[in-house]
Amino acid sequence: MAKNKKKNWYDYLWIWTIIYFALGFFNILFAWLGMIDFILPLIFAIAGGNKWFCNHMCGRGQLFWVLGRNLKCSRRKQAPAWISSTWFRYGFLAFFLTMFGTMVFQTYLVFSGAESLRKAIKLFWTFKVPWKWAYNGSIFPDWVAQFGFGFYSLMLTSTLIGLIVMALYKERTWCSFCPMGTMTQGICKIKEKRG
Amino acid sequence: MRKAVNDINRCVACGVCAKECPRDAISIFKGCYAVINHDKCVGCGICEGACPAGSVKVMEVSNGKK
Repeated sequence: MAKNKKKNWYDYLWIWTIIYFALGFFNILFAWLGMIDFILPLIFAIAGGNKWFCNHMCGRGQLFWVLGRNLKCSRRKQAPAWISSTWFRYGFLAFFLTMFGTMVFQTYLVFSGAESLRKAIKLFWTFKVPWKWAYNGSIFPDWVAQFGFGFYSLMLTSTLIGLIVMALYKERTWCSFCPMGTMTQGICKIKEKRG
Repeated sequence: MRKAVNDINRCVACGVCAKECPRDAISIFKGCYAVINHDKCVGCGICEGACPAGSVKVMEVSNGKK
């Protein structure tokens, strides 16, 4: 953020991203809090027709900026053009939504009793990492925890991808193909066309 | 004069440019793309350095056009 500007409370939301992952490390039920990052941008886009969330509140984008710019962890080189091309952005969005759907289905399987709760997270949709310390039962049924593990996996994977592209390219390269960003911009464009 | 120019077909409307602009010359138009106010823009290029999509470029403009 430009140094001459006055900082607002929402300029510190990068701290929230760190707190979120820390909480999920100790208790997976906190992963549900990540739904805020899913629902708020959509509310802004659908009700307000803007990307105020991306522009001012996204803790993840802010974290990439803090690490990449302030702590100099980014090469700050322009990413290849295809990363922010329309087909890649919408392709990645489709992939992401498919994976989200798979995760919800997995939750359903635990809900229906067809499968039992698996206390592990999956990184990059491939690598299983044991995470059993983060859940020792609660007043909630098992599917609630299953969703937590799945959602935390998704959040961590996307942050890791973001960190990789932050290091390799510009600080907020993730933003140029972030599924939430693509979705909210798409909604805003439709709303703008309709007037 | 050199000013920042945005390619609205590439812009992802993330708002980093607006955030970084020291002169508040950039705003995000209805969540669609960044709009640069050339009356305020001094062509410093901070936005270009911040833009992750490579859509903002500082270039020679006359009367606000390329």
